[in-house]
Amino acid sequence: MIHYLIDPFMDFVFMRRALVGCLALSLSAPPIGVFLMLRRMSLMGDAMSHAILPGAAIGYLLAGLSLFAMSLGGFAAGIAVALLAGLVARSTVLREDASLAAFYLCSLALGVLIVSVRGNSIDLLHVLFGTVLALDDHAILLIGAIATVSTAALAIIYRPLVLECFDPQFLRSVSRWSSPTHFMFLVLVVMNLIGGFQALGTLMVVGIMLLPAITARFWAQDISGLVVVSVLAAFVASLIGLLLSYYANVPTSPAIILMAGVFYLLSMLVGWQGGLLWQLMPRKHLEA
Amino acid sequence: MTRRLLLALGLILAALLAVPQGASADDKMKVAASFSILGDMVKQVGDDRVDVVTFVGPNGDAHVYEPTPADAKALSESKILFINGLGLEGWMTRLENSSGFKGKVVTASTGVNPRKMVEDEKTITDPHAWQSLANGKIYAANIRDALIAADPAGKATYEANAKKFIDGMTAMEANVKAAVAKMPPERRKIITTHDAFGYFGSAYGMEFIAPEGVSTESEASAQDVAKIITQIKKEHIPAVFLENVTDSRLLDQIASETGAKIGGTLYSDALSAPDGPAGNYLDMFRNNIDTLSTALSS
Repeated sequence: MIHYLIDPFMDFVFMRRALVGCLALSLSAPPIGVFLMLRRMSLMGDAMSHAILPGAAIGYLLAGLSLFAMSLGGFAAGIAVALLAGLVARSTVLREDASLAAFYLCSLALGVLIVSVRGNSIDLLHVLFGTVLALDDHAILLIGAIATVSTAALAIIYRPLVLECFDPQFLRSVSRWSSPTHFMFLVLVVMNLIGGFQALGTLMVVGIMLLPAITARFWAQDISGLVVVSVLAAFVASLIGLLLSYYANVPTSPAIILMAGVFYLLSMLVGWQGGLLWQLMPRKHLEA
Repeated sequence: MTRRLLLALGLILAALLAVPQGASADDKMKVAASFSILGDMVKQVGDDRVDVVTFVGPNGDAHVYEPTPADAKALSESKILFINGLGLEGWMTRLENSSGFKGKVVTASTGVNPRKMVEDEKTITDPHAWQSLANGKIYAANIRDALIAADPAGKATYEANAKKFIDGMTAMEANVKAAVAKMPPERRKIITTHDAFGYFGSAYGMEFIAPEGVSTESEASAQDVAKIITQIKKEHIPAVFLENVTDSRLLDQIASETGAKIGGTLYSDALSAPDGPAGNYLDMFRNNIDTLSTALSS
């Protein structure tokens, strides 16, 4: 039995690389997702993943299929959109979600325009669809570096970030860390998206960030619990997704994200923090 | 998902812009071809009597393409639209409908014996028929007949051009066969990114294996990649070949894991730019067979 789990990784280098890449990503992205969820910014991840497109496209136009250029471009574009949205939100009447929507849509349109103008050659959208089975040394190093920096940075801003989630007014009144924390957090979101799009593609990367985080909500009550459960869920989803792709002959990145989706559905039913099944059971008489 | 939406928007815009226009000043017959290889064939036969517009240009991928308003405009002005058929140009029907095209659609592969293949338990037709020169002759004859039907005055020119083109293919076919004959039989087995060389392989006695299916649109599964790696190791397949229309990262990875060498770039679904190594149909064959020979003869 156990050798079914291990054999593919023993036999094939590309499977080991895919696993390493996915595990590194599973370590850094889901905690970010937890905070996105807590701050009611779950959909922002999706928006940001589109916002990095023009930067990646410009990198591709200037340097071809260069990992570094595309990542750097994507990073710059993502940060620019996040910053502009934040600036507009803090200096005008517009709320942050609305200004983010405006900027990311413009950014997406610009990206598609750039891709199409030059897109006669290898279709960039196709490239952006991720190749978890083709992670070369550079891609693995990049994902590993991003996971390391992101996890360390999250540890540093953890306390102000938690406060910023639950009581931003209080944080603003006692410390000047409110804005820098928010900005650092946005940088981490964009960084993880960049790392993930090497492995899973822009369309799928948000899945590994948010699905495990949302799943964790049904199992844990405090933030550290959420982070641990989400990372574990992402680990297991990556492993099963890869094995599924190996044994059932299905494309890899959708398999991984769908596994995370299955975990979410199961947790929604049986999770002991507000899962549907538990709600159906009669409560003890505390609520009277 | 995004792709579909954008396509729909593009086509609406295209329909608005593609108001049919009057006859243009120069007297060349305007025709359209779906992708670069077919466009070149039409150019070879039509020469200076026709003005060919090609939608998917050099190094472009004809399986997935987003038509632009300019394409729709060009199509609406064309008298004939040449397509490959056999399921290659999935995007063409929508372009045809939206552009107000009134001319004749000619399927260049008519009369070719289509290769069926089983992919993920479904039987599908392999569209890459032009990769056999015998089929190329059928394409040329179909193009010639269609041009004559639309422009009877040019009959003699078209017949002469087509004959010259087909003679060129006959000569090239002999070259290809001679080159394959020189390769050791156990080395006539190679890996490419997508299944584009089925016709080439069955016509000239080589075997091509690919992680992606016949369309570049499908994504490889871990099992596909694992099977190919196992096969390369077991059968000592000497080389993997990149294609000009696909992403090379997966093959790079396979090559580095198996120790097979990267044999070079084959032109499968599109020509290179005119000044490149495969600027027209016959040069594409010359380049491909040279690349294969260099890597496999040794």
